[in-house]
Amino acid sequence: MSDAIKQATLEYVIRLGDDSVVLGHRISEWVSYGPFLEEDIAYGNVALDYIGRARMYYSYAAELADDGRTEDDFPYMRSDREYRNLLLMEMPRGDFAYSQVRQLLADAYAAVMLPELVKSKDETIAAVAAKAIKETKYHLRRSRDWVLRLGDGTEESHKRTQKAVDQLWGYTHELFDMDETEQLLADNGIGVDVSKLRDAWHAMVSEILTTATLTVPDDSWAVRGGRTGYHTENLGHMLTEMQIVHRSHPGCQW
Amino acid sequence: MTSQEENFMRKIEADEKIEPKDWMPEAYRKNLIRQMSQHAHSEVIGMQPEGNWITRAPSLRRKVVLLSKVQDEAGHGLYLYSATETLGITRAELIAALQSGEAKYASIFNYPTLTWGDVGAIGWLVDGAAIVNQVSLQRTSYGPYSRGMIRICKEESFHQRQGYEALLALANGSPEQKQIAQDSLNRFYWPALMMFGPHDSESAHSAKSMEWKIKRETNDDLRQKFIDQTVPQIEVLGLEHPDKAIKWNEERGHYDSGEIDWDEFYSVINGNGHCNRQRVEHHIAAHDEGTWVRDAITAYNEKKNAKKAQNVA
Repeated sequence: MSDAIKQATLEYVIRLGDDSVVLGHRISEWVSYGPFLEEDIAYGNVALDYIGRARMYYSYAAELADDGRTEDDFPYMRSDREYRNLLLMEMPRGDFAYSQVRQLLADAYAAVMLPELVKSKDETIAAVAAKAIKETKYHLRRSRDWVLRLGDGTEESHKRTQKAVDQLWGYTHELFDMDETEQLLADNGIGVDVSKLRDAWHAMVSEILTTATLTVPDDSWAVRGGRTGYHTENLGHMLTEMQIVHRSHPGCQW
Repeated sequence: MTSQEENFMRKIEADEKIEPKDWMPEAYRKNLIRQMSQHAHSEVIGMQPEGNWITRAPSLRRKVVLLSKVQDEAGHGLYLYSATETLGITRAELIAALQSGEAKYASIFNYPTLTWGDVGAIGWLVDGAAIVNQVSLQRTSYGPYSRGMIRICKEESFHQRQGYEALLALANGSPEQKQIAQDSLNRFYWPALMMFGPHDSESAHSAKSMEWKIKRETNDDLRQKFIDQTVPQIEVLGLEHPDKAIKWNEERGHYDSGEIDWDEFYSVINGNGHCNRQRVEHHIAAHDEGTWVRDAITAYNEKKNAKKAQNVA
């Protein structure tokens, strides 16, 4: 592996780890707040899958960095300006409709992205993707079912769900942005060229939203910045909470 | 005694299980509903004090372990609600009783979780005390409850080991970490002992429950087991025992221990704990906020069924 590619792979794996840990954290905020007990269990499963993914990406990052950092240094010892997750993942929990719509948008993204990532020439990345594909099938089935029921449920649930779609849509454009790092990896068969995936994602999401009697928003606004560390105000608060214990006791084992 | 009553008592005495369709005295049914639903509510309310630390868990591994644990508790709650429903009551009725304060949950969850150490202490001491009780309940006379306990005990002992391990990491860590562990032990030890309930002589439901073999061992006997098993565990942690009167009694083959502060026990049960109102309000708020979601599911299913009916016609 050339130095440039190794550096890019490290950056890439951190990005994927950041996406996973931030979304996993947001989902975990639902524990004991779900609409019924079965939902607490089901949503907890999804959170576990995402945090599990984060651990795999970060431990690979530690291996690539080879500078004494461990799995936990990446999530716990970086500030929001250093985080590289997509903005969609950090948006607050919101109401149940908001969380399920975000989940659908993220799950559909995973559903088009992972089948490409699994072809990665990097064996570790391919192995993580292979595991994640199976989880995502279940996640997508679940978020799809929820959006169908909420969209085509009562007037109130429809209204809340449409509002969530409208509020989140502008954060989905950057899911398909490429930069030099990702282009280098895509050219070398390690990373995914996500710019080619938007049509498939859009078709999948549109079909679900339309069936749910919801309106697919037009692309009139787009917020970007997650991959460069230009975040919304939400991430700082999330990390403050997540990192407080770890950072209060530097160098300790848990 | 009617022949039904005789038959029931014969089964109890022969250690046969009572099953949902069997005849049972109304008081037996009521007693079981009270105990089983209290147990289910405890699992559900117990999600809150531990859930309080999911977003602050100090490592990803600990976060995963805690998240799985709280999920298990939800699963136990679900399982126990279903088992209670076999006695002819609905989950909605049980939840209403929890929210109105008519039904109780384990008073231990009225204590706040203030530090990461409390997560370890709950796993180790609270789940540990629960297991001592539940192992005994595996032999309870009501079939669905007994089978539930067998299944739940397996997961609880896993939780206890994980909790102990989390505390061990603190006890072996920095001086501040060790202090956190000691503080958690000090705050949760006595409330854990209270989980076994009042002394046998003071226990309102004990006598009848023992006769019907709903309970198989007395509060004090179970508490003694827990006290005995905890002493060496505290030694391994290298922490100070919170009970200064703890002393091995060769003659009894058990540890002698200091008296529990029962005034505190009753005070917390009666609403003076740090979290009594918070726990119930949290449950009510989540339940109320979920109303529109549950309504949406009902409406969606009705629409789908209507469509299906139309297609058939």
